[in-house]
Amino acid sequence: MEILPKDMSYQAVIGRKQEIVKKAVGIDYDEFTYGALAFDYEQMMGKVAYDVDEMIEIQRQTGVGQTPLLEMKNLTALVRKLAPAGKGARIFVKDEAANPSGSFKARRAAISVYHAQKLGFKGVITATSGNFGAAVASQSAMRGINCIVVQELYDSRGIGQPEILEKGRVCEAYGAEVVQLTVGPELFYYFLILLEETGYFNASLYTPFSIAGVETLGYELVQQTRTLLGRDPDAVVITHAGGGNITGTARGLIKAGSQKTQVIGASVDLKGLHMASDHDFNRKSFTTGHTGFGLPFATWPDRSDVPRNAARPLRYLDRYVTVSQGEVFYMTEALATLEGLERGPAGNTSLAAAFSIAQEMDEDQILVVQETEYTGAGKHPNAQLAFARSNGIEIRRGDPGENIPGQNIIIPANPGQIRIKDVDLEKTRRSYLKNAVTLLSEQTISAEDVRFIAEDSRVPYAWVERELAKLNVTIGGK
Amino acid sequence: MTIAKRGDWVQIEKQILPAGERAPQVPGDTQAVPLMMWVKGFLDMETCEVGKEGTIRTVTGRCLSGIITKVLPGYYHNFGEPQPELLTIGLELRKILRGGGDPA
Repeated sequence: MEILPKDMSYQAVIGRKQEIVKKAVGIDYDEFTYGALAFDYEQMMGKVAYDVDEMIEIQRQTGVGQTPLLEMKNLTALVRKLAPAGKGARIFVKDEAANPSGSFKARRAAISVYHAQKLGFKGVITATSGNFGAAVASQSAMRGINCIVVQELYDSRGIGQPEILEKGRVCEAYGAEVVQLTVGPELFYYFLILLEETGYFNASLYTPFSIAGVETLGYELVQQTRTLLGRDPDAVVITHAGGGNITGTARGLIKAGSQKTQVIGASVDLKGLHMASDHDFNRKSFTTGHTGFGLPFATWPDRSDVPRNAARPLRYLDRYVTVSQGEVFYMTEALATLEGLERGPAGNTSLAAAFSIAQEMDEDQILVVQETEYTGAGKHPNAQLAFARSNGIEIRRGDPGENIPGQNIIIPANPGQIRIKDVDLEKTRRSYLKNAVTLLSEQTISAEDVRFIAEDSRVPYAWVERELAKLNVTIGGK
Repeated sequence: MTIAKRGDWVQIEKQILPAGERAPQVPGDTQAVPLMMWVKGFLDMETCEVGKEGTIRTVTGRCLSGIITKVLPGYYHNFGEPQPELLTIGLELRKILRGGGDPA
């Protein structure tokens, strides 16, 4: 019998997504699914992932975690120059750049690569243009398995984002194969081809392993504030893109018994730039931690490269704020010159937000910025601003309120101009609901799916009922 | 004319999807250009002229064909020129902390 070659067309490969991914993550997601939309999130996290003590041990084996918690005394003093009397929380930073690959992503990669090796996979593949690639490459090197990183790097002129060029270089330094592509979501198509061809593990950012790996970060920072200050943090600010940083950290806070700590997400505002546009690609200076990922992933997490995304930010977010590109560059400079720490820039999104939020908080309160990331060639304010200028972006000092992503970058004239903008989470939750409804085959939804939506977007059942009525969707069945 | 020899570290270029046959959800400007790919590896044939189709073996052992674009492809991203908009921030902030400048 003749064996026909597999159809490698775009439609055919995307059509095989379920079977390819199932094999490549070793998880049968159907096991946790019970409604048209509903699935048992906690059961999935509990059954598939590891508990905190196991993860601390797995991460210890490759030198991940136990990063220092540093007090930003000069930044706090600056905050108090700006805040009303009695206001101005103490700012602490968790120096995640101290991880082997220079970012908190080592925590996610450590668990994924350990698990892949335990299941007998010969290698791992990850689709990422960010620090996660370096993390997976570094962890794979330590455990002696193969690694392929797939990056979206160039526009159609062949011009690469400096930040991503650096991430590609560092992956190669760790011995990984780096597959570099031009702009477009079809990266996922080639990613599936690679999984099918190699039979490697999908070291996705969104598996339970990857998300649970971040739990140790939240857990650790609570232990550190308790040891150092004798109390839990009042708020933690977390840079938000795909949702894993928020989800993992918040779950870690809860596991450490720090339920009252406010969970605040922060993204760089890139409103107006299309993430799949060849033209817009090199008109941004932040390739992660921005609203172009932050909002879509909050309003529909299951758009990721696994059937059920373990990153579910709306379950944990108490508040979500944005800052502009210029404000993050300003804070990156402030961190270097006032605190002697050259970090970021992208990872300093949460620091820029914290600088503004600390001014609203009381003097005796504790605000933790839960990450830093390594700085390198291309991954540096000078490199990124020079690149922006060469792409026709106007750069000036002034009021960051006048910033228009893709047109200008405004570096604040003074620190008082660093001001977060609150994202209306009620509106975000409504978008989540609208996205969920589009997946229904008819205008009826089961009660169990309504319960799931309420839980997944952290709203009362009655809120979902009311909003569904506005969308003319009726609730029927169990 | 540059000739790559067996075992040389080279980069290949390959078209993955042609212009006009991109995913339906991509915007017009992306739809109008092909999806291109670049991968590096060791040349897996006796010789190959740069600019011609060649075969490589990657560090994970995959065998791939494409146009050989470069021998010993380098890294040229850098720290950039100092940016005038950033250069004075440190001095301004220290002055404010000493009580000498207006923070807002």
